[in-house]
Amino acid sequence: MVVALVLAVTLATQGTSHRALLWGGDAEGGAPFVEADPANPSRVRGFDVEVAERIARGLGGDRSAQFLQVQWSNIDQSVERGDFALGLSGVEDTPARRARHAVTLPYFEFREVLAVRPADAGRIHGLADLRGRRVATLGSTIAYDLLIQARDSTGVLPISYDDDVHPYGDLVTGRVDAVLLDHIIAQRALRRRGGFVILNQPVAIGHYVGVLARGNAMLRDSIDAVLREAMRDGSLEQIFRRWNVWDETQRTLFERVLRSSEAAKGVATATSVQAFAYVPSLARAAVVTLLVSVLSMALAVVVGLALASGRVYGSTVVRVATTIYIEIIRGTPLLLQLFVIYYGLAGVVRLPAFLAAVLALGLNYAAYEAEIYRGALEAVPRLQLEAARTLGLSELQILRLVRGPQALRYALAPMTNDFVALLKDSALVSVITVVELTKQTAIYATNVGSWVVPGALCAVVYLAMSLPLSRLARRLERRWKTP
Amino acid sequence: MSALLIIDRLRVRFETRDVLRALSLEVARGELVALMGPSGAGKTTALRAVAALQPFDEGQIVVDGFALAPGTVPPESRLVVLRRRVGLVFQAHALFEHLTALANVTLALRHVLGKPRVEAETIATRLLSELDVGPRAGAWPRQLSGGEAQRVAIARALAPDPALLLMDEPTAALDPARRSALGATLRRLCEQGRGLLVSTHDAEFARAHADRVVSLSPS
Repeated sequence: MVVALVLAVTLATQGTSHRALLWGGDAEGGAPFVEADPANPSRVRGFDVEVAERIARGLGGDRSAQFLQVQWSNIDQSVERGDFALGLSGVEDTPARRARHAVTLPYFEFREVLAVRPADAGRIHGLADLRGRRVATLGSTIAYDLLIQARDSTGVLPISYDDDVHPYGDLVTGRVDAVLLDHIIAQRALRRRGGFVILNQPVAIGHYVGVLARGNAMLRDSIDAVLREAMRDGSLEQIFRRWNVWDETQRTLFERVLRSSEAAKGVATATSVQAFAYVPSLARAAVVTLLVSVLSMALAVVVGLALASGRVYGSTVVRVATTIYIEIIRGTPLLLQLFVIYYGLAGVVRLPAFLAAVLALGLNYAAYEAEIYRGALEAVPRLQLEAARTLGLSELQILRLVRGPQALRYALAPMTNDFVALLKDSALVSVITVVELTKQTAIYATNVGSWVVPGALCAVVYLAMSLPLSRLARRLERRWKTP
Repeated sequence: MSALLIIDRLRVRFETRDVLRALSLEVARGELVALMGPSGAGKTTALRAVAALQPFDEGQIVVDGFALAPGTVPPESRLVVLRRRVGLVFQAHALFEHLTALANVTLALRHVLGKPRVEAETIATRLLSELDVGPRAGAWPRQLSGGEAQRVAIARALAPDPALLLMDEPTAALDPARRSALGATLRRLCEQGRGLLVSTHDAEFARAHADRVVSLSPS
């Protein structure tokens, strides 16, 4: 039954792929690029959707454009894998992308613009005025590379986000001091929530392109021909006007493209961040991972001990309260808890990202540690506790001298296990802008266009952190083991 | 002889069943009383009630002037006097497995009586030697034989120098030779002026070593 279903779906997909231009984009990026159609959420709309449809029509054979949802940062990898033929979704023109994939000619020119709070507008005129300040952007973008360069030259503090909505929210609430992103994204955020101003002087100029697999140059050439045609016949202009993103710079771009058969070169500012340039970032990110993990685990142990004591020694009220905490925390996703602590609580207390990450991970793991400690405490034979009582030891002395030391031995192996798991779960904190090892690896992989080397490096670093820990735990277990 | 322990009409119920019904007995200083009866007769329950590990429903227990009343077991803070006067040797010994034989014995000396480490170890070593397990002081509980573990448990219970020593089925795991050695040891403890209440279902041991035998009938 299942096999038949899979076969049917596969055949159906293949059947349509002959007639359709399969293109990939990220609807999470939203309007005006690609967004779920509010009238029919199973469909997408946006200027990139219409560009894809225009391209499909232009390719002839009454083709239609068929959309495939893909995470924005994975468009390059997916197109090279053959998941779809064309990636379109505010895909930026970079030398690295041109070197590794077949890239269409640029069809839209954007400006990297800075957004700041109104009070700062008089003082901040460019990246040079942001020394030591936190500047947010979307990870794996030209803007991020610009910030990395600015970090080394002018000392700004780049903060990477997974989406392009929260940077502006955090700008308004004061978590960051500026946001560097494409002017389309900045203008959309200004319309939606306001509370900041966009600086006139762009930091850099960039272009959106379509990306195809390296071996697909023939289709790319056909698409380039369609795009030129669309620039000439005004259909591209109509699309951009419909989505309110047309301006005179696009006319200049079209003229330049049509004049030269050669595609426009990449961004004005140099973005050729070399692969090896990421190694120091990777090392920094590894330190962040280790710090987040160690601090979270310390918090988890302390809170876990308190919770376990509450469950074992507490009154009925305390026992019920600790049980409710443990069940709620274990029964809901860590990701949700991260969002609640970072964004949900922002109205009450605006926690810095790193602190929020440590709190969320620590409080989450505390629930698991508590259950380990409770189990370990209860595993110490009751008769030994009674023997200790008959000797005249107080409850606290029994815990400290008899029950605790034996429980610790029982708990050691599962605790080590949890710490290794936490080390890897710490990758989740990247969703609240903490750039740790996995996030940095993803950025690295996007920029070099392959997961092989960054993935292997990342795995080696994780192992280098977790293996010594397992060995230490085994040594402690051996040392504490009574014959 | 003044009574060290008085148990007066002790009644213990487990749910609807009487485990003990109107048990009365006395133990004087220097006296070894055997509490006899088949399994399930309530011997262990009686010892646990005297050691304030087990609540009882009716009657009274008085240890050297310290009275326990029916109802829930009082908190440890109210039992300090009783704890100094009563020692209990469990049938399963219940040695602290993370501590050596010596550390099992010094634990109460150091942390309850507040003796310095060296003094505590001197006392513990003497106790272990008197019980013929001196050479095993450095061993872990799991390395001890049943008889050795029992003697370490006796030493641990004697460390705070209680006037009354309770022992639960001490002969259960011993061969005849060890049984008579144990009997001699217990007699020696009586000669030191302690009172001993020993539960056993070993009639021969009771006849040979006890001053008196109190029999419990199955309830």
